[in-house]
Amino acid sequence: MNPVERILIKGNEAVAFGAVDAGCRCYFGYPITPQNEIPEALSQLLPERGGQFVQAESEVAAVNMLLGAAACGIPAMTSSSGCGISLMQEGISYMAGSHIPGVLVNMQRGGPGLGDIGPSQGDYFQAVKGGGHGDHRNLVLAPSTAQECYDFMFRAFALAFKYTNPVMVLGDAIVGQIKEPVRRVPPSDAVPGEELARLAAPWRMEGYGQRGAGAQPRLLKSVYLAEGALAERNQLLAEKYEAMRSECAWECVDVDDATLVVVAFGSIARIARSTIRRLRAEGHRVGLFRPVTLFPFPSEALRSLLPGRRFLVMEQNLGQMVEDVRQALFGMPHVTSDTVKWHGIMPGLFINADELREPMMQSLKEVR
Amino acid sequence: MDARNLENLLRPAEGETLVFDTNPVLNERLTHYCPGCLHGIAHRLVSETLHELGVAERTILVAAVGCATFTYDYFNVDGLEAPHGRACAVATGVRRARPEAVIFTYQGDGDMAAIGMAESLHAANRGERITSFFINNTVYGMTGGQMAPTTLLGQKTTTTHDGRRMDREGGPVHLAEMMAGLDGVAFAARCALDSVKHVREAKKAMRKAFEVQLEGLGFGFLELLSSCPTNWHMDPVAASKHIVEAMIPVFPLGVFKDKTADSPSVVQKEGVPHA
Repeated sequence: MNPVERILIKGNEAVAFGAVDAGCRCYFGYPITPQNEIPEALSQLLPERGGQFVQAESEVAAVNMLLGAAACGIPAMTSSSGCGISLMQEGISYMAGSHIPGVLVNMQRGGPGLGDIGPSQGDYFQAVKGGGHGDHRNLVLAPSTAQECYDFMFRAFALAFKYTNPVMVLGDAIVGQIKEPVRRVPPSDAVPGEELARLAAPWRMEGYGQRGAGAQPRLLKSVYLAEGALAERNQLLAEKYEAMRSECAWECVDVDDATLVVVAFGSIARIARSTIRRLRAEGHRVGLFRPVTLFPFPSEALRSLLPGRRFLVMEQNLGQMVEDVRQALFGMPHVTSDTVKWHGIMPGLFINADELREPMMQSLKEVR
Repeated sequence: MDARNLENLLRPAEGETLVFDTNPVLNERLTHYCPGCLHGIAHRLVSETLHELGVAERTILVAAVGCATFTYDYFNVDGLEAPHGRACAVATGVRRARPEAVIFTYQGDGDMAAIGMAESLHAANRGERITSFFINNTVYGMTGGQMAPTTLLGQKTTTTHDGRRMDREGGPVHLAEMMAGLDGVAFAARCALDSVKHVREAKKAMRKAFEVQLEGLGFGFLELLSSCPTNWHMDPVAASKHIVEAMIPVFPLGVFKDKTADSPSVVQKEGVPHA
């Protein structure tokens, strides 16, 4: 394929193309809006490549099918939204506890409950704080374009296998439904399928006969009842989550001379970028800090912007990421209650760049 | 008695001839099961069958939650833990990832017929090439004797103190018959573990339940009527008698479906999930 050739596809379709190009061979899912293009595309793409597509009877079944396939060391995924992701939390917790590398895509819709099918960032806490029972964390990637929907699937599988941990790609109704040109070329951080298989060789379920004479049976589990045994396992998780800090990713736009830095992720970051461009043209010193990994949260990068700048967190929920921003800056010199402001957009609404202008202008005035 | 002493007892001393041995698929670890529990017999039958079929080295066991949570500790095969009720969904994922593996689930009545009813029936309906063993002892053992979906009418449990009532809890679930009604199921039977005769029958049915998987005919299902002396408050002999007198009249033994009798070409097309 011509490397500069671009195809016009939805973010959801980009997820599907990215997944198969990254080596995904099994998909399990249950229909829910606004992510249905993912299973629809994969129901064709996977069988063509010798892979497996299963429309499960529920999200509960889907996530457990994912657990089973991923436990075999095969790149596998599911996708869902809203209540479907809630139903998957038990399985996500089991995968984390058993060190199994599942990839999950959440194209967020408005909640709580059945909510609506519009965009939302209301699952931020659920995604980055664990979501299921027990102390577990997902690696969370937040795409803001269809191109990133494609590219981040490579990173998602690479990270899942590197850390044998669930990875969530956290999009929303906008990034899933937006149709835009995408370069279908593996990104520079793509990890070849053979490398994923090599990483899985020490633990995957396969039948001991596959491992040569004298091989011992393997066990993948999360239950440890003996006194102190679970503590040891959770210590392993703590060390793993600490090691994940090296995966922090973020984007800075026009921050060098900025007095105000907007902190936003996903679709809202993209809309905020348009607003910032217009304000820049008018001479306002405003920039954007966009976390790309939501867990681990790029706290150090944010702190490095501190001297002389204030922050305006913009997110489509009732106030979630703002807690991580405040936590990142907590205790730093010259940080006051005015250092971080928050502007929320109600889940379910489709907003445009004009609607973010007023809150940014308000914060700019306060900075002066 | 610790495991090492048991191991020594199992080895023939000088001058003794070995007339009865363990099989290599079942290890010699002491189980956590209560005295008189029939899980040990079921484990032995499964391990012997895997050994006789010569498939242990490519077998993956998907364990359930309940008394059978630690099943994987006793089998010398690759083992994977499933959340409560989800073993058939997990096994579906394993099946799709490992076309050549031999896969079985081993689930209790609460796991398979209550919390995991949906996952079990849908995996069966898809005709997944997996084999599921359903241990029915009419009670939640691990959690201390609460009502199960298979609890008999009138049976007292820690959550049905005056006995299970049709007008309040509904009747016992007949999973083998339900399974037999699904197109994807290639073999569905119910056996009992109370006596030598029934155990021998169970072994034969177990082989069939694996053979339909190996032959690509579809889902293999075997329900095993078992006992729970601890939560039934009976000694093991009385518990086995209870299986015959109280359970079999409600849960009839027999083969409810067997596609191996059909001509191979026809059933192969019908039962194999798309690969």
